[in-house]
Amino acid sequence: MSETILTIALGYAQIALALAGCLVGTRILRGPRAQDRVLALDSLYVSIMLLFLVTGMQLGTAFFFEAAMVISIMGFVSSVALAKFLFRGEVIE
Amino acid sequence: MSPLQSVPLWLAIPVAFFVVLGSTLTLIGALGFARLQSFYDRLHAPTLATSWGTGGVMIASALMFSFIEGRAIVHEFAIGFCIVLTTPITLMMLGRAALERDRAEGSDALPLDMRTRPQRPDDPPAQD
Amino acid sequence: MIRLFPHPVLSLCLIFLWLMLTRFSLGYLILGTALSLVAGWAYSALHSAKPRIRRWQTIPRLAATLVLDIIRSNAAITRLLLTEGRNGRTSAFIQIPLQITSPNALAVLAIILTATPGTAWVEYGTDTGILTLHIFDASEADHYHRIVGQTYEPMLMEIFE
Repeated sequence: MSETILTIALGYAQIALALAGCLVGTRILRGPRAQDRVLALDSLYVSIMLLFLVTGMQLGTAFFFEAAMVISIMGFVSSVALAKFLFRGEVIE
Repeated sequence: MSPLQSVPLWLAIPVAFFVVLGSTLTLIGALGFARLQSFYDRLHAPTLATSWGTGGVMIASALMFSFIEGRAIVHEFAIGFCIVLTTPITLMMLGRAALERDRAEGSDALPLDMRTRPQRPDDPPAQD
Repeated sequence: MIRLFPHPVLSLCLIFLWLMLTRFSLGYLILGTALSLVAGWAYSALHSAKPRIRRWQTIPRLAATLVLDIIRSNAAITRLLLTEGRNGRTSAFIQIPLQITSPNALAVLAIILTATPGTAWVEYGTDTGILTLHIFDASEADHYHRIVGQTYEPMLMEIFE
């Protein structure tokens, strides 16, 4: 019983998060401007990170957690660097 | 025996609830992100994913792994903490970058009184 | 003591984070303490102005208000996004004059406002003290004026100034 509930819930979550990633991906392709693409990339990082966590829960391993952690930190650093670039046009001042 | 089978029913229901809540909010945020028309509107959509979207999945994951491992596993909240603290920085920087770019181009996405930087007349231009 | 622990709160948070990421045991406690000491020195070399917290008692109240506000605005934004195109929603920029000037209080306010769905921090003029917010639902402008001016700002002033 509990296995059925969890399988359905986690399967639903995986589909929803993958769909969210695709929707955000269309925004990366469509733009129209650079700031839209950077914002979309940042949300894509969050969706994929959540997808990793849910997959880890489904498989019952904690290994995906480390990957999710790395994604969240790298996502932050890259988004800030890109935002800084949009602001000034140069990353290193 | 798969790890999912060992979870009792009283724990499976809250875990399922939080997972579904978190992923649905993330999906709605992404849907809004794809449909909203202006950049400044879209700036609000990711906050759904980063507030309760992340929160729901974190809580579910922490509950489930705490039970499976038999000790309190709270490291999921480190990610939650990191996301909660870092997303505002990204969004603020992007918002300011977009504002500066729109101002430089005189874009009509901004209302008229926003097209110049608000400042006192006798002040020197701000530097940062 | 001050030289050994230039930022005690930061170091404690780092030790706790380290223990969260590994597991609670004596070995990791010692390793985490050593790392947080080094991090504290590095941080004080980078940034010497230390945040002074005057009143700790207000922090739980601030956190509770924030959690309730995030739940409320999540529900509101979800509803608006699902009925997008049919509900006649418009977004707007609003300008709020702020009393607080301390950089730490402003940073906390920025995190609060951006983490809450529905408001985005766009600009703050250090010279004018005017904060520009972008709000998702223009009909709630009064609500945001009230919540920033009468809820968050007094609490932050109590904590930091």
